[in-house]
Amino acid sequence: MIKAEWFYWLVGLSFLVMASQMLTDRSNPKRFGTAAFWGLLGAGFVYSTWVVEKKAPAEPLGAAVLLMIVLAGFGFTGRGTPRTTTPGQREASALKLGNRLFVPALAIPVVALLCAVVVKKLSIGGEPILQEGSETILGLGIGAVVALVVGMIMLREKRIAVPVQAGRSMLEAMGWAMLLPQLLATLGTIFQLSGVGTQVGKVTTSILPKDSLYVAVIVYCVGMALFTVIMGNAFAAFPVMTAAVGWPVLIEHFHGSAPAVLAIGMLAGFCGTLVTPMAANFNIVPAALLELKDQYGPIKAQLPTAGILLGCNIVVMALFAF
Amino acid sequence: MIVLLGVLVVVVGFATKRNALLVVGVAGIVTGLLGGLSPREVLAAFGSGFASSRAVTIFAITLPVIGLLERYGLQEQARRLIARFAKLTTGRFLALYLGMRQVGAAVGLTHVFGHAQTVRPLAVPMAEGAAERKHGRLTEKSREKVRSFSASADNVGLFFGEDVFLAVGSILLITSFVNTTYNTHLEPLHLALWAIPTALCALAVHGWRLLRLDRYLERELVAANIEPVAVEGAAK
Repeated sequence: MIKAEWFYWLVGLSFLVMASQMLTDRSNPKRFGTAAFWGLLGAGFVYSTWVVEKKAPAEPLGAAVLLMIVLAGFGFTGRGTPRTTTPGQREASALKLGNRLFVPALAIPVVALLCAVVVKKLSIGGEPILQEGSETILGLGIGAVVALVVGMIMLREKRIAVPVQAGRSMLEAMGWAMLLPQLLATLGTIFQLSGVGTQVGKVTTSILPKDSLYVAVIVYCVGMALFTVIMGNAFAAFPVMTAAVGWPVLIEHFHGSAPAVLAIGMLAGFCGTLVTPMAANFNIVPAALLELKDQYGPIKAQLPTAGILLGCNIVVMALFAF
Repeated sequence: MIVLLGVLVVVVGFATKRNALLVVGVAGIVTGLLGGLSPREVLAAFGSGFASSRAVTIFAITLPVIGLLERYGLQEQARRLIARFAKLTTGRFLALYLGMRQVGAAVGLTHVFGHAQTVRPLAVPMAEGAAERKHGRLTEKSREKVRSFSASADNVGLFFGEDVFLAVGSILLITSFVNTTYNTHLEPLHLALWAIPTALCALAVHGWRLLRLDRYLERELVAANIEPVAVEGAAK
């Protein structure tokens, strides 16, 4: 049986390899901090296996996470000069290869989907090939490996170091922002443990008429959008609103379909992302990039769409999730 | 009620543009302590939270192959693909860009298009070029509008396309949060399927608004360019 944890080790291992490359990259003025950050992340990925199985204490990992926050939060990480092709070389190569370049990239979702739908049902000697419940994650991993092999054969690239270096450059370019979604999920867990969701739930249920399904749907969707506007990120709003309204009211009390309620709830949050200057990388940075006089130009262009889509989400959830 | 101060920390932190990781770290510590956890339990909460949300970060495994393809001109080929549609009107071109962005994100190519890579160097010049071809010089107001709508086409396409791809961060966040918090089992595939209705709505709504942009430009520019001599005279 192929286990999800093997794949997490592969991810952790590639972070560790990239961290060792960062350590020797003299073009990066902050190479030690950068290497420490990604090295801790890689080691954390592997160590987590035993935390999840409750065979190792979670406190050291928590300390490592805080250390990563300090390293990135106080600017100890940086990036080196990526070793890559020149624009001219890329132009020539694109001309030569054409749309074939999309083939390896498309192999990732195709393999992921095959794993989640077909391979999921296969088993050898009564044991499923893919670990139950992790088929999607495994599909993504297998898809990425398959795509890499296909890509290397297609491009006649023999050195594995080339894609690893390319991946490392992309990691450095994304920087600590790549860890943000995972930390927001962690924050969600802490909010949950400390009872933030229950508090928001108490506040909302005291206002909310108990037996009105439609009002509850509106409160969840509009709440997701508003919280996202405030926090700038639907990932941070999701655990709070779900613990407050989504899970206890919509799923447990009204017996809504969990995948429908939660997926649409997240998309309601995205409507908030479209209209908040807090989501700077989507709304304010492009305004600067496009040299707009009005830095809220993109938000103004998105506002009516966000409003209508929030309405669509409410309608789709109310019609199909219950 | 006092644990809600943690939410306030996040709000104030993001509002004053502090480093996002620090905001999240401080908010987690504050909320944990206010919620009655001991410092040791706070550390453990960070650790186990990190361990159970690893799924959100695993898209990193696709970076080497995407990086390899970019070395060989993936971005350039994406540009070439859009450039084939250079003869369209502004609205139609941007609606097409929205559709391509959405389809790309839906198959996991979230980094192939984007504001820096495609919108600024390609989508904006082509959208403006289409308007100029038809109406002559753009007013400043209409130029701002075309650029704002170009940025919006990228955002809307990305946001409401990527959730259809089952291995994207937000889908994995939903499953890892719900599966650990409520001891249940949700399939990413089912969540991704439920993203399709909204994705279609987004394509219809924003696509329609982008098409309407042509009418706006028509009204705005026909009026502005009707007496070009007078405009130049006024500018003197």
